[in-house]
Amino acid sequence: MEETPFKRFIRDFSASKLAVLGALTLLVILFIAVFAPWISPQNPYDLAQLDVLDARLPPGEKLGNGNVALLGTDDQGRDMLAGIFYGLRISLMVGASATAVALLIGAVVGMLAAYVGGRTDGVLMRIADIQLSFPPILIALVLLAMLGQGTGKIIVALITVQWAYYARTVRGAALVERRKEYIEAARVLGLPASRIVFRHLLPNCLPPLIIIAAVQVASAITLEATLSFLGLGLPITEPSLGLLIANGFNYMLSGKYWISLFPGIALLVTIVAINLVADQLRDVLNPRLQK
Amino acid sequence: MNASSGIPALEVENLSTHFFTRQGVVKAVNEVSMRVERGQIMGLVGESGSGKSMTGYSIMGLIDAPGRVVGGRILLNGTDLRTLSPEAMRQLRGNRVAMIFQDPMMTLNPVLRVDTQMTEAILAHEKVSGDEALRRSREALATVGIPSPDERLKSYPHQFSGGMRQRVAIAIALLNRPDLIIADEPTTALDVTIQGQILAEMQRLARDTGTALIWITHDLSVIAGLADTVSVMYAGRIVESGPVDAVLDGARHPYTRGLIESVPSRNPRGTRLKQIPGFTPSLLRLPGGCHFRERCPRADEACLQDPRLTAEAHAVRCFHPHTEPVEASA
Repeated sequence: MEETPFKRFIRDFSASKLAVLGALTLLVILFIAVFAPWISPQNPYDLAQLDVLDARLPPGEKLGNGNVALLGTDDQGRDMLAGIFYGLRISLMVGASATAVALLIGAVVGMLAAYVGGRTDGVLMRIADIQLSFPPILIALVLLAMLGQGTGKIIVALITVQWAYYARTVRGAALVERRKEYIEAARVLGLPASRIVFRHLLPNCLPPLIIIAAVQVASAITLEATLSFLGLGLPITEPSLGLLIANGFNYMLSGKYWISLFPGIALLVTIVAINLVADQLRDVLNPRLQK
Repeated sequence: MNASSGIPALEVENLSTHFFTRQGVVKAVNEVSMRVERGQIMGLVGESGSGKSMTGYSIMGLIDAPGRVVGGRILLNGTDLRTLSPEAMRQLRGNRVAMIFQDPMMTLNPVLRVDTQMTEAILAHEKVSGDEALRRSREALATVGIPSPDERLKSYPHQFSGGMRQRVAIAIALLNRPDLIIADEPTTALDVTIQGQILAEMQRLARDTGTALIWITHDLSVIAGLADTVSVMYAGRIVESGPVDAVLDGARHPYTRGLIESVPSRNPRGTRLKQIPGFTPSLLRLPGGCHFRERCPRADEACLQDPRLTAEAHAVRCFHPHTEPVEASA
């Protein structure tokens, strides 16, 4: 039986043990994020379940209701484990949805620039260039300062920061691909332009996009955490990982390390896992590195 | 010749395609005229950069900026393609006129299955069911000699060999039974044996379906066995054209003669291979008068003037054409 492209992809991907480890870790994190409401020891957003008397308990201590807080509690009396579960959920949701929308916008803009060319290309790419010349954090800060707080707003900020990467990447890939003869052949067949762009051109530009997207999810999560840490991200009642870290920051020097440390570790593991997977994706999907 | 209608499948009159670059105007195709009857094969011969491919693209209406077709008429079954709207032209492409490219490794989309690429070529032009399109695709694959077409339809291009891919490309070109196929060096990238098979196949298909065929190549030996008529291009112009035997056996233009004499097998063993001195001139700085003047052994002051293509069946654009048969000079 002949090897399908998918099987080959799986084989190439599994060549690196580290990448497989990253992928498995990522799966566990995804599982936690998706099923947080069912596996979490408490709902950290339900203030009725929180007791201020439980605030800042060290790991392993018993809560007022008899449960054991494995990772301690924060200054609201929130079980850190529950906080991390829900925080992961928010961080991943924000990171993934921002990446998805930014990818879509970037892909359309990039394809348009490459296929139409000329002035359209010039204008779109100069906008992208201007945007890329500013540090992402600066753009996000300015935007959030204007828009205010909220999950939707931080997603908008992340999309604004990221679309240009995709637009640039897609345009580069599409410019190379559209010179290839199969696109000429498709034009010769008299196929409609929309079909040529989306059915012939776009699928051939996907590998670099997937790689960028994998890397960008990680940086979106990091950026969201940074913004939350700075107090510009999500509301304090629904803490993401960044906000959990920020909440514990004040208590670090008084020995109450767990409030910041455990969310920090969760964030770190998530980012590392995504980057391991992204690295391996890049190696596998990069035609220049193919044996 | 198809006497029933009297209208040739393709008639090109004084076609000019120029590219407007920063360095100046490149006259890639300069007042080219040609005529291909139904079921006939015309060879279009020339060196790289002589404008033969651009002539093909001009007929297809696929010249991109900074290029533009600036003059002439392109009559397909009597309809001037230059008067058609872009949408009407798109409908015509792949339907009434098809094209086959040089490198079969590049002309099929690597990420789409063959059945997808074949049926979309039908569905872009006709309202037929997917099953009907698939049936016709299968038929076309069988026509070009691909074994077990059902299996092959479900394959990706990378699972085919070069020769097989070119057959698929030819099958795609044939799908809508076009009136004209422009083949741009379709066998150059293939093995000689495969090349022979495909040439025979194409000749048979052109005869059987009444499709007119323009075969663009630099290889005169291919033309000798395949074409009915031949046009020789040099620096954007046709310098000689006529029935294939007349042109190859009695080449009148010094350039055509040079091309023929450059074919190794024509030279006696041990003698130095003849070659045309110099290079194709840059189309930006064409010499005035006859463009071949600077490389021509027969050039004199008369050639400072522009020669016209004669109006005979075996036409030539030269003030000092050869009159003796080719063998005598070789």
